[in-house]
Amino acid sequence: MILKRVNNAQEALTGVKDGMTFMLGGFGLCGIPENAIAELVRLGIKNITCISNNAGVDDFGLGLLLQKHQIKKMISSYVGENDEFERQMLSGELDVELTPQGTLAEKCKAAQAGFPAIYTPAGYGTEVAEGKETREFNGKMYVLEYAYQAEFAFVKAWKGDEAGNLIFKGTARNFNPCMCGAAKITVAEVEELVPAGQLDPNEIHIPGIFVQRIFQGTHYEKRIEQRTVRPRN
Amino acid sequence: MLDKTGIAKRIAKEVKDGYYVNLGIGIPTLVANFVRSDINVEFQSENGVLGMGPFPFEGDEDADIINAGKQTITTLPGASFFDSALSFAMIRGKHVDLTILGAMEVAENGDIANWKIPGKMVKGMGGAMDLVASAENIIVAMMHTNKAGESKLLKRCTLPLTGVGCVKKIVTNLAVLEVVPEGFKLLERAPGVSVETIQKATEGKLLVADDIPEMNL
Repeated sequence: MILKRVNNAQEALTGVKDGMTFMLGGFGLCGIPENAIAELVRLGIKNITCISNNAGVDDFGLGLLLQKHQIKKMISSYVGENDEFERQMLSGELDVELTPQGTLAEKCKAAQAGFPAIYTPAGYGTEVAEGKETREFNGKMYVLEYAYQAEFAFVKAWKGDEAGNLIFKGTARNFNPCMCGAAKITVAEVEELVPAGQLDPNEIHIPGIFVQRIFQGTHYEKRIEQRTVRPRN
Repeated sequence: MLDKTGIAKRIAKEVKDGYYVNLGIGIPTLVANFVRSDINVEFQSENGVLGMGPFPFEGDEDADIINAGKQTITTLPGASFFDSALSFAMIRGKHVDLTILGAMEVAENGDIANWKIPGKMVKGMGGAMDLVASAENIIVAMMHTNKAGESKLLKRCTLPLTGVGCVKKIVTNLAVLEVVPEGFKLLERAPGVSVETIQKATEGKLLVADDIPEMNL
């Protein structure tokens, strides 16, 4: 068994530097790597590029890095719900690359699987496809999209073991599995880290081979963006 | 003339037994409330759930179980969770039977614009471009005109496109229309709405047969 366990976020983020490109899992605030983001804020590294479906809210998620002006460029599919993001984008401080959501997932998966690029129908005929190669297959047009290249992927799982195997919960899965192994180093944080052998191999979502470092996360806030409920009676 | 709930009620009639359905944000979300209870339908949300149920009871909400609108939800028996790539494989691979989404503009050639207004803050397309590029059965739910009273059914879209030649059916507060090679074919009128009213509110080419029935809600 190959051990992937490190003690904490500080150890897990060893080697992150100014100007790097990171992938960060999560959809809205659901399934985001809260501990890795807090450590990036603490380290204060600058000029980073973040590949993440969303950009957090003003005071949580990637919004915390935006507050400190640590992000140079965001690659996302949807960036609403964040006033500071809007201010930095409109002032030109922040570069934003908007990508269709399924394309974003598949550009991560391509990097994970060793494909240099993929063809997708999404965005054909729109400004997203401007300047990109297009090609016809079976009478339909597709756009060539390149695999992402990133130094680190930061993902959040529900359970993990010392061998780096991961199990996700609910819709907190989202982009997290797609980013595992899609960067040079994948750092997984989990709510519950167990010794190897305690997770059923049948139930593993992501095998440890895609994970270089795993640590037990702490103080998960798991903030809800839109609390919607119905009355009990 | 219909309100937003009326539009949702009319669209709900398009949902058939055995359908997997993706609902967009806004009017489309309301459709789930009006689907016949005697048919089996599963709702997909592109953030990674199939078999969505109603909102949770107060106190039961789980931060790890949300829909694409980031609202807390529940799941129904038979539900499943999956990652974002698999979610869009369902969409791109045409496994989802019906997509219902909102729009700012639709053109008579089936082009749709629903993600960006130049000069205003751009929030992003989310999954809309993937949905419209792949789904074979797309219904647009929208008001027939914008707040300024201008038609949203145009000869050509003026806003940046979300997808080209993809819309097949449109349900508005005034009418049900089908996009055919010649233009917008009027299928049904909203209760109490005349063909003339629909014609006035439609900038694109409107194809009107002799007898246009009223919607049956």
